[in-house]
Amino acid sequence: MKLYDYILSGNCYKIRLFLSFLDINYETVPVDYYPGREHRFPDFLEINPLGQLPVLVDDEVKLRDAQAILIYLASKYDTSGRWYPRNPEAMGKIAMWLSFAGTEIMNSSNARLHDMLAYDLDADKARANAHAAFRILDDHLVEVGFAGQEWIAGTQPSIADVACFPYVALSRDGGIEHDDYPAIQSWLTRIQSLPRFIDMPGIHFMK
Amino acid sequence: MSKIVDPFTLNQWYAVRTENKNGPDRTHRTRLLGVDIICQDDENGQVSIRRLDRTESQDSELPSRKRYGLVWTSLGMPESGIFEMPETEEEGRRHFVWDAVTVKTSGLRAIENFLDLAHFPYVHSGILGEEPLTEVTDYQVERINNEIWVKDCSFHQPKAAAIAEEGIHVNYIYRVPHPFVSILYKTCPLFPEKFDVIALMVLPREEDVCDIYTTASLFDNVNTDVEILHFQQKIFLQDRLILENQVPKLLPLGGRSEVSVRADAASIAYRRWLLDNGLSYGACTG
Repeated sequence: MKLYDYILSGNCYKIRLFLSFLDINYETVPVDYYPGREHRFPDFLEINPLGQLPVLVDDEVKLRDAQAILIYLASKYDTSGRWYPRNPEAMGKIAMWLSFAGTEIMNSSNARLHDMLAYDLDADKARANAHAAFRILDDHLVEVGFAGQEWIAGTQPSIADVACFPYVALSRDGGIEHDDYPAIQSWLTRIQSLPRFIDMPGIHFMK
Repeated sequence: MSKIVDPFTLNQWYAVRTENKNGPDRTHRTRLLGVDIICQDDENGQVSIRRLDRTESQDSELPSRKRYGLVWTSLGMPESGIFEMPETEEEGRRHFVWDAVTVKTSGLRAIENFLDLAHFPYVHSGILGEEPLTEVTDYQVERINNEIWVKDCSFHQPKAAAIAEEGIHVNYIYRVPHPFVSILYKTCPLFPEKFDVIALMVLPREEDVCDIYTTASLFDNVNTDVEILHFQQKIFLQDRLILENQVPKLLPLGGRSEVSVRADAASIAYRRWLLDNGLSYGACTG
């Protein structure tokens, strides 16, 4: 299995983290996303015409989109079945939060790209949108927390948690603090305390 | 300009762009010491640089030099050329220049952090250090030709460089030839008698915002350029959030600050050297 990877990408880290949770060996193909913009050059566009990371290649299967890759990995390799339970309600809820991770939460990534790597983006708008998304996630975690549920889509951590985690955890890189989101803070700590958790620059182990 | 820039800071050369990076119309805009500047390439790759707070008749043209893969300029009157790094000319080295990462803190904080060995086991755990091997042994600090030299540092590092396959004992020499530049010489895992050279070239955009360029001159016959880039960026970005969370954002100089900071000889020597040279930009008192 081969992961086209960039060390500072939260979406690539998402896959590295989940592969670690599943204890699966893989090789990485490091891509020069910044400063080289290698993902926009023809050689990489042949691998993913959208010019985005990550891309996973597993035998004959080639997948782009971090959320799609999580579904594939959980469906194929998670023998416990807990990361992507096969029941209609869980699958629907997980799909809803995977979509949230790929859209609303990506505002946090945009603020980070602007603040850290000088991307020409409207950072104030991105920060406002990220805060709105975090408010929704925090309210959700509070609400399910009343019923004793500690994870986004159920009583066990699922790929919905993995998908939402990186760019929430990395948001301070883009000037988005966690102070107003106590439920998110506790949830981040729970993920960072899971067995086989790995870090990336900007996200640390819990001690 | 938000604040009068002291002469020591003003009269330095600053890296403002990588040589090969360019925007639309072969221009690149950035900021230096609170002043908007623009770099413009001609057809022959010559770079002219102007400050945008002055009209042409007011002498807006700035000097332009190319060195170490970077484009350099100055808002003042540098007394000498850009500092030399003769070691980098040694045969067999691979040269890297990595484009800027922005950090919302004083550039002086970034240099001071670079000089600090004590944070390795905590911030760069498993790479540049590892608990419980946290002890920093005694090292020497000297001033030579108005530069700071930190010598005889040594440290156990689990993965000292991309090419390191096992933990090694690494010797470090730091050199600070410029208030916003630090050069590190560290034992090369491939040839233990030689040093890899890694330098931080900081562009102070404002007193409390900087762009950090990194160059490296390494012996490595195994890793690809991108693998080395990833190794470097991983380490470098482990520091960024910690730097941004330091309070105050400006580096405290003089007053009671020296007793309140951790007793770190390199840091104290750096701060004293800045004070002795009359630096105030990016610094605060107390």
